[in-house]
Amino acid sequence: MTSSAITYNRLKDKFFYWYGLVCTLSGVFILAVFLYTILVEGADRLNMQFFTSLPSRRPSNAGILVPLLGTLWIMVLTTFIAVPIGVAAAIYLEEYGKKNWFASFIEVNTANLAGVPSILYGLLALEIFVRIMGLGRSLLSGALTLSLLILPIVIVSTREALKSVPKTIREASYALGATKWKTIWNAVLPSAAGGILTGVILAISRAIGETAPLVVIGAMLYITTVPTHPLDDFSVLPIQIYNWLSRPQKGFIENATAAIIVLLAITFLLNGIAIYLRNKWQSKVKW
Amino acid sequence: MWREKIIERLLQLSALISVLTTLGILYVLISESLGFFKEVSVVEFLTDTQWTPLFTEKHYGILPLLSGTLLTSFIAILVSVPVGLTIAIFLNEYAPKKLRKVLKPVLEVLAAIPTVVYGYFALMVITPFLQMFIPNLSGFNALSPGIVMGIMIIPLIASLSEDALYAIPYSLREASYGMGATKLQTVFRVLIPSASSGIIVSIILAISRAFGETMIVAIAAGQQPNFTFNPLIPIETITTYIVQVSLGDVVQGSIEYKTIYAAGIALFVLTFILNNISYFIRKKYQKYQL
Repeated sequence: MTSSAITYNRLKDKFFYWYGLVCTLSGVFILAVFLYTILVEGADRLNMQFFTSLPSRRPSNAGILVPLLGTLWIMVLTTFIAVPIGVAAAIYLEEYGKKNWFASFIEVNTANLAGVPSILYGLLALEIFVRIMGLGRSLLSGALTLSLLILPIVIVSTREALKSVPKTIREASYALGATKWKTIWNAVLPSAAGGILTGVILAISRAIGETAPLVVIGAMLYITTVPTHPLDDFSVLPIQIYNWLSRPQKGFIENATAAIIVLLAITFLLNGIAIYLRNKWQSKVKW
Repeated sequence: MWREKIIERLLQLSALISVLTTLGILYVLISESLGFFKEVSVVEFLTDTQWTPLFTEKHYGILPLLSGTLLTSFIAILVSVPVGLTIAIFLNEYAPKKLRKVLKPVLEVLAAIPTVVYGYFALMVITPFLQMFIPNLSGFNALSPGIVMGIMIIPLIASLSEDALYAIPYSLREASYGMGATKLQTVFRVLIPSASSGIIVSIILAISRAFGETMIVAIAAGQQPNFTFNPLIPIETITTYIVQVSLGDVVQGSIEYKTIYAAGIALFVLTFILNNISYFIRKKYQKYQL
């Protein structure tokens, strides 16, 4: 190879470094532009009236009380439904059914479910929860829909957390005479708790940002009463945002922007907690 | 001992719920769309170039919705694959550790933003920006949601491809450097070929994600079923049609109502095939991992 070819190759290498840096920073730049835009357009609208008002046909009177409470309700209900089932399923797959055909079938199935578009969960829920089970367009229907949606995420992240618990912990527990379940409950789960919690929080943050399946089950009514019961009709922040965005008046767009700030604040808060927990757990636990 | 057995059964039951979900989705989609296909032939569904179930003169051809879905997804892949792959290579091979530690969480933030917010960006930021360069771009179009969808998918491609690159043993890089190769030559002639299955999986999953994306397109693409591949005019995708019908006053049990299940089954088949291909590539690749 001639020396000019070597110089040329080194130059190409340098060029790619800068190209890579620009690509990566453009992601950061776009994020900054997006956040700046919504803060500039929506921050003025964030006052007490906006948080405490019911929906209205006049943009300046409208508020997010109903969808905000709806989102909080959904968050709590979804956690209570999806977490026990998801963690239990993960324990079964990871600790019990490692080699049989049933477990491997469920594994293919879970991987598949994780890729099913969210809107199809809406079609499932519309038929099963809203019609056949007769739950209507209630908070409970919505929470069940989102629970099914995030179940694969909870299962996968819990399995990862269980996998990272070393064998020695289990063996120590068995050596003390503990049964399989006692070992899981007293030794494995506490060691995996940080990882499980991180995964669960990320899954919940995904659930509260979902719009499409809830639109399908019909949660986009004009609701003027605060939800107080799991069987009440509801709206959530993303749906309110979509609703306001699809109206022509400028005032509603401004409302949508302000609601986006609130939704992003909740999402980032949850993600922040999850990242903090992950780092803390990773640095504390050294096997 | 009976207590242990009961607990195991309960855990098994929880695991079964994911299977029931799949069966439920299949059952609902098939049973409702059977009613649809009693009134509309499969041939008409697959070949008619008009989709107007909500008008007086009804046509039930999935092609306009399919073209809308393919068009937006194609734009999204065009944006996300080159950028996402470059980011993965840069972060894994080039970036100093400190920079990597700062940049990775920022990309994770991009992945955490709800899709309805991306829809807002497409409508309020990207479309007006593009209109400065493309004057005949209509307010609702396929281009802007496609690009924004691409931005949304970048973290997915970047993180999956990064995992694939990370899994390559260091000895391969050292062998290549030992031959006098530059980093760039190592990346393109050693690392990318070795990580190819992982990278392909990331691209397939990205396509599947783009097919199923709903809110960005619902907000910014205009909800008009046009059989076209022109990115400058309004279109409708399979997912947004389902949203459109869900928002309207369509009577349950009517043929209009059943169309959303027919559209749903078309979407399910598309994504199911892609997800399974990616799953089996991943399984095979795990077996032959270096």
